[in-house]
Amino acid sequence: MIRTITSTYVVLPIDNIDTDIIIPARFLKVTGKAGLGRHLFANWRYAEDGSPRPEFVINRPEAAAARVLVAGDNFGCGSSREHAPWALADFGFRAVVSTSFASIFRNNCLKNGILPIAVEPAFHRKMVAAAGAPAAAGPPPTVTIDLETRTISLADGTSATFPIEPFPRYCLLNGLDELSFLLQQEEAIEAYERRAGGG
Amino acid sequence: MPRTLFDTIWDAHLVRPESDDTPAVLYVDLHLVHEVTSPQAFAMLRERGRKVRRPERTVATMDHSTPTTPRGADGRIPVTDPEAAAQIAQLETNCRDFGIPLFALGSERQGIVHVIGPELGLTQPGMTIVCGDSHTSTHGAFGALAFGIGTTEVAHVLMTQCLLQTRPSTLLIRAEGRLHPGVTAKDLILGIIAKIGVGGGTGHVIEYAGPAIRALSMEERMTVCNMSIEAGARAGMIAPDDTTFEYLAGRPHAPQGKAWERALADWKSLATDDGAAHDRAVTIDASRLEPMITYGTNPGMAVPIRGEVPPSDGEASMERALGYMGLHPGQRLLGHRIDVVFIGSCTNARLSDLRQAASVLRGRKVAANVRLLVVPGSQSVKQQAEAEGLDRVFREAGGEWREAGCSMCIAMNGDQILPGQYAVSTSNRNFEGRQGKGGRTFLASPLTAAASAVAGTIADARELVE
Ligand code: SF4
Repeated sequence: MIRTITSTYVVLPIDNIDTDIIIPARFLKVTGKAGLGRHLFANWRYAEDGSPRPEFVINRPEAAAARVLVAGDNFGCGSSREHAPWALADFGFRAVVSTSFASIFRNNCLKNGILPIAVEPAFHRKMVAAAGAPAAAGPPPTVTIDLETRTISLADGTSATFPIEPFPRYCLLNGLDELSFLLQQEEAIEAYERRAGGG
Repeated sequence: MPRTLFDTIWDAHLVRPESDDTPAVLYVDLHLVHEVTSPQAFAMLRERGRKVRRPERTVATMDHSTPTTPRGADGRIPVTDPEAAAQIAQLETNCRDFGIPLFALGSERQGIVHVIGPELGLTQPGMTIVCGDSHTSTHGAFGALAFGIGTTEVAHVLMTQCLLQTRPSTLLIRAEGRLHPGVTAKDLILGIIAKIGVGGGTGHVIEYAGPAIRALSMEERMTVCNMSIEAGARAGMIAPDDTTFEYLAGRPHAPQGKAWERALADWKSLATDDGAAHDRAVTIDASRLEPMITYGTNPGMAVPIRGEVPPSDGEASMERALGYMGLHPGQRLLGHRIDVVFIGSCTNARLSDLRQAASVLRGRKVAANVRLLVVPGSQSVKQQAEAEGLDRVFREAGGEWREAGCSMCIAMNGDQILPGQYAVSTSNRNFEGRQGKGGRTFLASPLTAAASAVAGTIADARELVE
């Protein structure tokens, strides 16, 4: 169940981050979902010897508490691997903000309790700029996402609405599984199969 | 009201239409399953005590993590990676437990899921086809609505044979004119993606039309539709015609006899009606296209092979891509040193692709600095290629002739390029690390790949074959 998320956020403002960057294919040889967070952004996050690169955004101390990732345009392009949202969720992210998302990735996020929040470029620039200020200037910026009202608000009071289809929103707000709805369609499915000439 | 090809197929598969509050319930005719994106879905079925609703509409194969190394003395393909072995064994168990037909590793019909569907005649016009794989768009070449889904959706389809979907928009891409000799379907689709951008098709289903598309063979059409996802599109489709029907006739799973006649009548009606409007339309002149090659880290970053790396747009993404590729604006790509050539993948590993590559490699040698891997898309492609002696052409040139699978396209099975190496690949993704951590990919056609293997640098095949 998700209603509101209030959290600090971290930024990775690079466009077209693909699912091979989010989680490289060599980590897909699993039969479960658990623990994929350690492979999130693996090729950018770890040095050759496997040690974390301290400067990479999700290795920085402020990332530990951040539930929101702000990424560049067309985030999640590429493959259909649901391992990408599994890895993001396992790391601790509950929302990703971008100017646009790849369709399959967006779908996969909604099925795993991650909100894909698309905002206008100006709003996005503002979020990135706020995070870019030197650390000494203060604590990391925060954001509030309200799924009920479909708004995203920044600490300075600016806010924007974001698009989300009614059905996944309803499911997320009420902690329901999209599958239950589908399973209730049994009669209609049977009728369709009779119409279409059976299986 | 006149309808597009997409509308017709969508409407025919509505179990329940979209409402203000709920998405459409869309029936799935064919569900393709592979070892990497399915184990967690089968686990969901077991947790809920559910069966597969329509096992006869489901087909599984193994391709992504399977080795492509030569068979052992016992005729089997050895799986040495324990993780891959576990995934493969899991698929075998799942297919046995749930009654799903499986084309297992080493079997005659195994291969890349998007290669075997069409070659077995499973893929047919007018169908809805899904798979836990984004290149499911390939099957749209037959006038099917085919798209990739995530693992949760794989579970949904296994349990209900249906998917919850909101209606996408449609984008018409008309390719006018004709491709010149030496310019291939791969160059056409790379040209299209370079034009509309990697997000240019987001939220849309593409319909490809126009004389340049009509002139393509089925295998070429598959190459085009395959990469629809690289423009962000959900699916790509081409209305079926005689080329489609001729390809399908006599395939193992295609309808036969009276059923064929009925199907044919049905399929012939699958076209966008006159006057039906797509939400967007783009036109490209195929006769102006040159062989294309990518220079960056997404498939939209492509230029004509005799061209140069374009000036930087100043964006972090472009700077990053060029840094990763070790290239700079204004640099010519022709003559750039390479280390590996990969001919394979669901984009370009069908028989016609291998024939094209072989036409360049016949009687020539792969340059000493280059490792050439030729990986047929399926066991059936492999057998046909061997029957024609193509394997000998590749071997005699100094290339490796492998078993069927995804191989170096996704580098999950040990086939990979090394950090810093450059590869010319006939696959579909030049993403950072896609073909191996630190590896750098130039995407191109089989002709360009083969010519580059001979030259040891990026080369224009037209100079060799003319
Ligand atoms: S060949 Fe490559 S793109 Fe095609 S299904 Fe396999 S991994 Fe995916």
